[in-house]
Amino acid sequence: MEYEAVIGLEVHVQIKTESKIFSPVKAGYGHEPNALVDPVVLSLPGALPVMNKAALDGIMKAGLAFGCAIPDTCKWDRKNYFYPDSPSNYQITQYDQPICQGGEVEIELPGESRNVMGEHKAIKLTRIHLENDVGKLNHFAEDSLVDYNRAHTCLMEIVSEPDMRSGEEAFAFLTAIRQTMVYCGISDCDMEKGQMRADANISVRPVGQKEFGAKIELKNLNSITGVKNGIEYEIKRQTRELKKGNTIIQATWRWDADQGRTEPMREKEDAHDYRYFPDPDLMPVRVDDVWRERIRSEIPELPWDKQRRFMEEYALPYTITSVLVPDRGLSDWFEAAAKQAPDLAQALGNYVANDLLRELSEADQQLGECEMTPNSLLTLAKAVAKGVITKQIAKDVFIEMFKSGETADQVIERKGLKPDFDESQVRIWCQEALDENPRVVADVRSGNAKAINALLGPVMKKSRGKASPQVVGALLRELIDAGE
Amino acid sequence: MQELYYKSASELAELLAGGELSSVELTQALIDRTKSVDEQVGAFNSFDEADALAQASASDERRASGDVLGPLDGIPVGLKDNLAVYGQPLTCSSKMLERFVSPYDATCIQKLKSTGAVLFGRLNLDEFAMGSSTENSAFGPTSNPWNLECVPGGSSGGSAAAVAAGEAVFALGSDTGGSIRQPASYCGVVGLKPTYGRVSRYGLAAFASSLDQIGPLARNVKDAASLLQAISGHDAFDSTSYKAEVPDFVASLESLKGRQWTLGLPKEYFAGVADSPALEPVRQAIEFYRGLGCEIKEVSLPHTEYAVATYYIVATAEASSNLARYDGIRYTHRAESFDAKDSVDIYCQSRAEGFGEEVKRRVILGTYVLSSGYYDAYYLKAQKVRTLIRQDFERVFREVDALLTPVAPEPAFRKGEKEDPLSMYLSDVFTISANLAGIPGLSLPCGYSGGLPVGLQILGKPFKEDEILAIGQEFETAHPFKDQHPKL
Repeated sequence: MEYEAVIGLEVHVQIKTESKIFSPVKAGYGHEPNALVDPVVLSLPGALPVMNKAALDGIMKAGLAFGCAIPDTCKWDRKNYFYPDSPSNYQITQYDQPICQGGEVEIELPGESRNVMGEHKAIKLTRIHLENDVGKLNHFAEDSLVDYNRAHTCLMEIVSEPDMRSGEEAFAFLTAIRQTMVYCGISDCDMEKGQMRADANISVRPVGQKEFGAKIELKNLNSITGVKNGIEYEIKRQTRELKKGNTIIQATWRWDADQGRTEPMREKEDAHDYRYFPDPDLMPVRVDDVWRERIRSEIPELPWDKQRRFMEEYALPYTITSVLVPDRGLSDWFEAAAKQAPDLAQALGNYVANDLLRELSEADQQLGECEMTPNSLLTLAKAVAKGVITKQIAKDVFIEMFKSGETADQVIERKGLKPDFDESQVRIWCQEALDENPRVVADVRSGNAKAINALLGPVMKKSRGKASPQVVGALLRELIDAGE
Repeated sequence: MQELYYKSASELAELLAGGELSSVELTQALIDRTKSVDEQVGAFNSFDEADALAQASASDERRASGDVLGPLDGIPVGLKDNLAVYGQPLTCSSKMLERFVSPYDATCIQKLKSTGAVLFGRLNLDEFAMGSSTENSAFGPTSNPWNLECVPGGSSGGSAAAVAAGEAVFALGSDTGGSIRQPASYCGVVGLKPTYGRVSRYGLAAFASSLDQIGPLARNVKDAASLLQAISGHDAFDSTSYKAEVPDFVASLESLKGRQWTLGLPKEYFAGVADSPALEPVRQAIEFYRGLGCEIKEVSLPHTEYAVATYYIVATAEASSNLARYDGIRYTHRAESFDAKDSVDIYCQSRAEGFGEEVKRRVILGTYVLSSGYYDAYYLKAQKVRTLIRQDFERVFREVDALLTPVAPEPAFRKGEKEDPLSMYLSDVFTISANLAGIPGLSLPCGYSGGLPVGLQILGKPFKEDEILAIGQEFETAHPFKDQHPKL
């Protein structure tokens, strides 16, 4: 019997805000333990939560980006459970009236090769709601310490429908969420910093069966790759169990990335009764069209839309767009130049996707830190297009420009890279090369067309690299043909 | 001549303004009084003598340099021990918080500090404000100054007793189901529960968040009005505080004087216990208002009979969650010899030791009513009934300006008399509806029964504290019970 997996994800994303979700204390990462606390974060007697509007703006932006409905009213509920990372021993969350309902995430599955766009698919969302994050426990041999810096960070929970069928789809889902969040400036989604976390619900059923199998909630998936690997392992394990005639019992398991396997955490019988009830300290939130439209107007062009447009408008190949587009800053940088010279867009795309990224990485710099500007890159593309310099020389000019911040023209001028000869001179050098290499010429004439390349080097050398290889190639062929 | 410690805040303000009295002298007089009588009364959990005198001396310096902050500058205010004051203990009369010192000020405390009032003492209460007699304090009960064998009421029993015994000029309490009004009635002082949202709850250790309000207990209506003035207003730190103009409560006592009010008598309140001989003073007070020319109308609040049940579901549900933070992990009592395999053992043993019986009873009840499978039948149903109770009041307030009722079914009872928790809960029968509906209520001394004070309750429209204060002052002016004091 054939089996298929059914996967739903619950993704937590921290919203990047100045202050915490229910208190004016600064939100941040990497501070001294318990530096970012106040009576509210520590739940001291008498402290009360007050909603941070920036968190609502952030989640609405995410919701609108994913096409969720934003109802006119949402409210706050308490989820009661005891755990030392939660100073109030309840979490303020949204139980039955979340701020975002429905919506979908467009994902791309891997194509046949890296150069081919893969299949796109929509994964439906159930909801997105807002809640406070909890502190962090650090366990030692004798005792445990708790750091409440992370407590009350603004956290959204994105709940998907059981729409995914493989680890690969889950991987693509998280990648798409991360890209949208980063694009909209909602979150950096750095999983190492806990800015994005995911739990997966996985079940397996015989192909054709409508009912879901018993699900395993898989936790401790600490990276996007971990999500993929954990899910794939779990699908195999459940399928194996079913094939052996065993039944799956609903439970919570954890992924052990070091061992590369899943293991049981707790049974369903241990499930909490969270005793949800409306939080009496917070008023319901009312959302009107003015608010919705203000947020909608702040949403930038989303990644998939931009990729499709780049391929169409600038005729960029898929591979280049898949380097440019995931990085909003990089794609904006590219477009600032490309908009001014759409006919040079492919060359510009290549420079940005290859040369610029390589130099940034070597210099260990961020895009915002580098001396080069879109306008200066444009001068380089133009210089090559006009035949002022060769593509080969342009590579070196690029490096100079990157270091100094000069335009291509300034570098060409300073280094004397502009050819100081005309085509008749190149023709003379070509003839010299033919004369100096009679065996190569004979080789070409006997049918080995490729042998002509051996003549390119000597001519380029004579021109100190300034001659255009296209021009040299054409002249060489002309001269050889003429001499036959 | 009247003892200094029995003078009202407005009288004291005049003495201070006239230079006949310094804040240090006044504060010292209250400290001396407290030292001499509090062994009998037990109103205070603690007081910081040096801190109070330092505040008083700072007030005197302001006065000397002409920088008086207002009419409360230099006048001591007693504080229920569930209000956060920076650097002072905040025990909630619970072993759980026995050693807790607050690192921040409640909003009402910040406001009081800005008036120059001298914050004096931590006043006893039923543990976490859960009770009607102040017998549920981990640090021992408070006694009623009129009869030390009797309870002062609760949960703000320490606040009411301190004012009655001359240990405080006035005091702040909190009222979740009658916790200001009922002890005010039992101790013969004025007590006001403001409209929900009038006073910020930030810094009040929560019992039941949707019901709790901070309010004044005072010798007379005018003092209650001026203390309410000092603590009222919208607060960005409390989402449930109301963005409404705060009227001048003291000035409106004059401007509303002599108005011909239409006053309602809820028949459900008078049907049973309110007819008892013990409540004769309440009936006389009603006749007084009729005599003034006010129209007295019988009205109906048909859902009254469900109020106690509704209250004990809503209040305990919220309490079970609010008190979860007292877990033995951070700042609360931790069981010394816990046999901890995991954090659950710390919770269980610390909470078993740290909480008293009544708190445990309510936490368990509240946990039960919120449990999956019971939520709809209890909590959700109670919230629906709560809406009906609120609508009852909305309806009658279209006909009348205020309601006159007893505060409690009887005067102060004897300590230990109500061992059955349910009989204790029923003593709140007249006060809890105001909390469920969010409306303001004033408790005013209106006479004596068996040597014990009896209170009249005046319930008003939302945010019309000025009206019930003015109505109350009409009676008070004609019946100066405020000048009678217990013998201690």
